[in-house]
Amino acid sequence: MSTQPDTVNPNDIEFVKLVAGGQDFCIEVARVREIRRWSPVTPLPHAPEWLLGVMNLRGAVVPIFDLAMKLGLGSTAITPRHVVMIVTASDRTVGLLVDAVAEILKASDEAVSNAPPLPGANARLIQGMIALSEEALCILDVDAVAPVLAGAAP
Amino acid sequence: MMDDLRDTFFAESEDLLTAMGEGLAAMSDGSAGSETVHAVFRAVHSIKGAAGAFALSDVVAFAHSFETVLDAVRSDRLVPDPDVMRVLQRAGDVLAELLEHAREDRSDPPSALGSVLDALEEITGGQDDATPDDFVFEPLGLGMMAPLALPPAEATGFHLDFRPTGNFYPNGHHHQHLFAALSELGELTVTCSVPDLPPSAETDAEGNQLSWKLELRTDADEVQVRDVFEFVEGLCELELRKVESLDSFDDRPPHDDSTLPEVAMPTLAQAPDPEVLPRPLDVSSAVPTPAAARESAPRPTLRVDLDRVDRLINSVGELIINQAVIAQKVSEAGLPPASSLVAHVEDLSLLAREIQEGVMLIRAQPVKALFQRMARVVREAAEATGKQVELVTEGEETEVDRTVVEGLADPLTHMVRNAIDHGIEPPSERIATGKPACGRITLSASHVSGNVRIVVRDDGAGLNRDRIHATALRKGLVAADAVLTEAEIDNLLFLPGFSTAASITSLSGRGVGMDVARTAITALGGRIGILSTPGEGTTFNIILPLTLAILEGLIVTVAGQPMVVPAASVIETIRPAPRDFIALGHADRVLAVRGDHVPVIDVPSLLGFGPELDPMDAIVVLVRASDDSLAALVMEAISDKRQVVIKSLRSNVGQVAGTSAATILGDGKVALILDPDALTALAARRRAAQHAVQHLASREVRHEHAA
Repeated sequence: MSTQPDTVNPNDIEFVKLVAGGQDFCIEVARVREIRRWSPVTPLPHAPEWLLGVMNLRGAVVPIFDLAMKLGLGSTAITPRHVVMIVTASDRTVGLLVDAVAEILKASDEAVSNAPPLPGANARLIQGMIALSEEALCILDVDAVAPVLAGAAP
Repeated sequence: MMDDLRDTFFAESEDLLTAMGEGLAAMSDGSAGSETVHAVFRAVHSIKGAAGAFALSDVVAFAHSFETVLDAVRSDRLVPDPDVMRVLQRAGDVLAELLEHAREDRSDPPSALGSVLDALEEITGGQDDATPDDFVFEPLGLGMMAPLALPPAEATGFHLDFRPTGNFYPNGHHHQHLFAALSELGELTVTCSVPDLPPSAETDAEGNQLSWKLELRTDADEVQVRDVFEFVEGLCELELRKVESLDSFDDRPPHDDSTLPEVAMPTLAQAPDPEVLPRPLDVSSAVPTPAAARESAPRPTLRVDLDRVDRLINSVGELIINQAVIAQKVSEAGLPPASSLVAHVEDLSLLAREIQEGVMLIRAQPVKALFQRMARVVREAAEATGKQVELVTEGEETEVDRTVVEGLADPLTHMVRNAIDHGIEPPSERIATGKPACGRITLSASHVSGNVRIVVRDDGAGLNRDRIHATALRKGLVAADAVLTEAEIDNLLFLPGFSTAASITSLSGRGVGMDVARTAITALGGRIGILSTPGEGTTFNIILPLTLAILEGLIVTVAGQPMVVPAASVIETIRPAPRDFIALGHADRVLAVRGDHVPVIDVPSLLGFGPELDPMDAIVVLVRASDDSLAALVMEAISDKRQVVIKSLRSNVGQVAGTSAATILGDGKVALILDPDALTALAARRRAAQHAVQHLASREVRHEHAA
């Protein structure tokens, strides 16, 4: 059992700010396990286009999702500068391909709000919003952006 | 702590049930001596005693009735004729079921409980020598620790008063272990007393209220006797008095100078090794009966948390992959063949393989317990249908991965019930056809070239092919004009939703059919086949992998990607001439293989990885799916045959079309493991979809003409 280290304000929540499809998003720090450089993946048959394939993470087979594609921002033109965030979704380990990981943000819990009722299919991918002094960031729902594949039809 | 003890109790009960089952089986077929009866009695008795400690009153009460009958048999007051044996067998089943219910915290009693209890009581005529309370707390299983030989008559001995205190049991000690060690020193007589039992409401299951009076006839000196209690000092109260003559055993001697106070000492060590038991000699009335449950002395075993084993297996899997990476890098480095590095890498690879095989053996279990469960199923089913059935088992010692053993329980149960319900004929019918009245079901297990083969065979009427065909027609499972071979008709049984029973019986056919059994076996990476001869019976052949962690596979190339085809399903690899491919209709092709025509599956295009391969460049892997159908998998290349570590895709990724799992190759890349069954199903779905599209297109054309 480990306990959270005491911070100045125990109500602060930490987020990782990232860039996908040219836009800024964030994910709770607690969800992020590591950040890796992009390396080619093994493609999966009849997988949705936002599922790039699987890679070997120290013996575990981990699916890699094109986050921009999943968010409806177009497919990512992958370069060696792209990175993969290894995150925990429910009890699974998944990788999210992003343009860049920007910084770690702290936000008090008052600054975090539920997602506004957005139109469209992407609404359920957003877990909430953080209001910062200059901008508002969407908090991604990791479970929703990296879903488990159900039986795929040809 | 209590949960741990509970787990241990259920684990040990399983062993005892196994011993009981063996003994009862031996008694039934008449091969049992008096030792066997004692062994069965002891097993039931031990279960009762231990169940008492966990307040499983149902188990205690039933085991008590059960052992009352067994006691009558072992003391020759009751002849175990077939009727009695039938009741005893049923009682064994009920006891096993009671324990199962207790383990699952179910409060509903087994359905047969009442009738079997009545039958047991009828046998004993309601007589009951012992009061249950005595039994619950009686020291158990001591018979196993009876002395090897009687000590000389002039032997001296000791009186011991022994009472475990609060932390004795929680620290993993058990009085039986101590008594076993004591009985190695001489002849031990044990009496249990409950001297200061508080009202039951105050009784704490963890706090021990019991004490034992032990009489030990021995030549050993006091130090040797005290040594036995070395590890439990501070956890028990012990009074030890030396007795000079045998006679004094009969009287309670007064306290004398040799009475020593208890010494407090920290406990560090484990209880004495319970496996070091002397062989039993004979039965005495003072000591609970000795055991000869096994023909040979049991080999020492170790109970290990399954998680630990699985972690180890995972690490070894990583080691194998890592070793493959190193081997590949070394071979790529272009070192001279004489280089010592090459030799060392080869050693490493051998060693890694050896470790892997050793670790896999840890998970292996004999199928014996599984087969014994089937004996129960046979008896229940025979009773329910009023048929006479005996179960013959072969190869009980065959070891299979634990997961496979567990996964087989349901499909085997289903097949055995089916065989009795639909296969074995009623006694009158059997006699009329010149068969013995008693039907026979044979279960056998054997190792066949890296796989395990399980056979379920009955000597019943065989499959009624006309009825199967008629049913399949009625349910629309086959086309009315289709001409089917006998084997094809037999395989209709495995279609989902198929049930041949004219009426749904309580036994089998609850809306599930053999397809469920097949699905379960396929999920274990196995295959099932069926063979039936009218009038002679039906045989199910099940082929299973030895382990679910490793697979022998062909490394192939599909659309530039390395993939694995399980070697178990590969029949042969062919480099066909383009003329061997014969087009059928619009998009289907078959491959001519020695006069046979096998449907072609172009794997790259089926998986959506590219256009169909040019037959000139193609290589074919001929595979057999679990329904015995053949398929010609077309792909670009075959590079290697080797063992791969299976990595599930299901947990992290989900269901991936056409595959069963993945593996990690020597270069660290993930390779998909192709599943012939999934590929054939995928091909069938695609074909159906294409036909639908064509149908639609032709309709549109007609509409245009009409317009």
